[in-house]
Amino acid sequence: MERTAGGKWNKYLAAGIFMTGLAVLLGIVGFFWTPYSTTAMSAAEKFAPPSLRHLFGTDNFGRDIFSRVMQGLGTTISISSLVVLLSGTAGVFLGAFTGYFGGVADELVMRITDALNGFPSILLTLVIISVLGSGRQNVIISLGLVFVPSYVRIVRSEFIRLRDADYIKRARLMGVGSFRVLFVHILPNIFSVFWVSVMIGFNNAILAESGMSYLGIGVQPPDASLGMMLSDAQGYLQSAPWYALAPGLTIVWVVLGFSLFSEGLRRQIAA
Amino acid sequence: MKYLVKKLITLIMTLFLVSVAAFLAFQIIPGDVVTSILGTEATPEREEQLREELGLNDPPVIRYFHWIKGVLQGDFGVSYRYSKNMNEMMPVAELIGDKLPVTLWLASISLVFIVVISLPLGVLWAGLASGGENNGKYGGNVGGAVCHGLDAALGVMTQTTMAIPSFFLGILVTYVFGILLGAFAPGGYVSYRDNFAGFLGYLVFPAMSISLPKIAMTARFLRNSMLTELSSDYVRTAYSKGASKRRVMYGHVLRNAMMPVATFLGMIVAEIVAGSIVVEQVFGLPGIGRLLVSSISTRDFPVVEILILYITFVVIFVYFLVDILYRVIDPRISEA
Repeated sequence: MERTAGGKWNKYLAAGIFMTGLAVLLGIVGFFWTPYSTTAMSAAEKFAPPSLRHLFGTDNFGRDIFSRVMQGLGTTISISSLVVLLSGTAGVFLGAFTGYFGGVADELVMRITDALNGFPSILLTLVIISVLGSGRQNVIISLGLVFVPSYVRIVRSEFIRLRDADYIKRARLMGVGSFRVLFVHILPNIFSVFWVSVMIGFNNAILAESGMSYLGIGVQPPDASLGMMLSDAQGYLQSAPWYALAPGLTIVWVVLGFSLFSEGLRRQIAA
Repeated sequence: MKYLVKKLITLIMTLFLVSVAAFLAFQIIPGDVVTSILGTEATPEREEQLREELGLNDPPVIRYFHWIKGVLQGDFGVSYRYSKNMNEMMPVAELIGDKLPVTLWLASISLVFIVVISLPLGVLWAGLASGGENNGKYGGNVGGAVCHGLDAALGVMTQTTMAIPSFFLGILVTYVFGILLGAFAPGGYVSYRDNFAGFLGYLVFPAMSISLPKIAMTARFLRNSMLTELSSDYVRTAYSKGASKRRVMYGHVLRNAMMPVATFLGMIVAEIVAGSIVVEQVFGLPGIGRLLVSSISTRDFPVVEILILYITFVVIFVYFLVDILYRVIDPRISEA
């Protein structure tokens, strides 16, 4: 083990940062600039295979797939960021209070998160979407709600671990208020663990978002999305396989990036 | 026994709460069901008649009890969208009953794939990983290096497989096996009523799409579980008493390493159910997952409510079974 122990996490973390960094960069650039217009159709260039002119080829309307992938990445990443922000914040607050204070509220919240945790998240999302209706905003709300329990669990157990630590007892003795203990004394110490779950959260949010838009219940046109591109491309698999491969492999790239990122972080903490 | 009763009560309570939530969620949605069934051209009398027929004039609580009583007696209500013929509405039970076998077969084939492939793979992998480690210690001979390389290669392969979303994997399987190799005709689903063998043959490919990432996950899990066990004291004792590597791996380590895997497989079943919702869409399978998605799009709430209740029941019940099984294979738990 000796020969690899020193450098191993670096590999995971470096690969993760590179893969997610590239994807985020492409997504952000895609908001402002794409090589071609994402809506310009061209009958002459229908189903052009990948080339230097069109890196990922063109689709059934002659639109540049690379440009559309960039735009789709932007949608996916912005939605996932909001989802992670929403569910992460809610998770931190719920986890902090229930873990630190315990009692009936803790019992109640734990019962609910336990019940939700084992549940297929896609089913829950489908239910919320069918109540709220589809569209960008509702995707964010529903996924934001669905992923709260995963954070509550981790944050809560960390707060339970630290609430009886000596330095916390000491802070309380000195008369530090509960709020300050929670968010100034304990919270910074759980960040290392929290970031791992944030990365896993990104992973799940991206999978869920693209899955929903594949099913046609996620973001709606004219918003571009990788999942929607895949479902459009499925009909042309025989004549233009690159049309499906481009958005599909992009999703795999991002998801793999985030999972390597979280694995790298986890190993770094363990080391 | 006391534990079993307690668990059963929790199970029933959870189902009750889910049924209340599933029912009430669809009562607060704006939009008039009657208008959406009859269209805007219908006379007020006809609308009133249908409203009475569907029991929409009662308060929600009464309607819930009416609904749940029906469900318990096997009467699942009628679909708002599908109709049997011109005058008769389609009972939800009939609608689901027709599609249920597709999903159940798909899930069963997937589970068989997962168990049959991932368990041997995980054991083999753990053997490779431990071989790589032990030999590496003593100067890194060729066998150790090969083991180490294979271990790393499997790690990369499974990590990548786990990052492929099931719908894209479905498309990849369609492309590789359907179009490039011609092993099946994409979109050429045959009903189980017409040709059962053809039906199963077609299901192999969607099942592959569902199970591949789960195989990767389970194999990784088993590998890590076995490696953890391999570093425990009883393994060293077994070796020092002269047990062969094979005997230690299969006789001692595997049994203990399987415990957490059993729970993990329970979770996998819940995920197969979720996976089939998406994969049915990819392969055009007329199962309950596809029905659920289309019912949500067309706002056919009686169907959605029943499907949610049904899937919840299956998931909770599987967890319940796994919990019981866990106690049977590991008696230490029940003492606690």
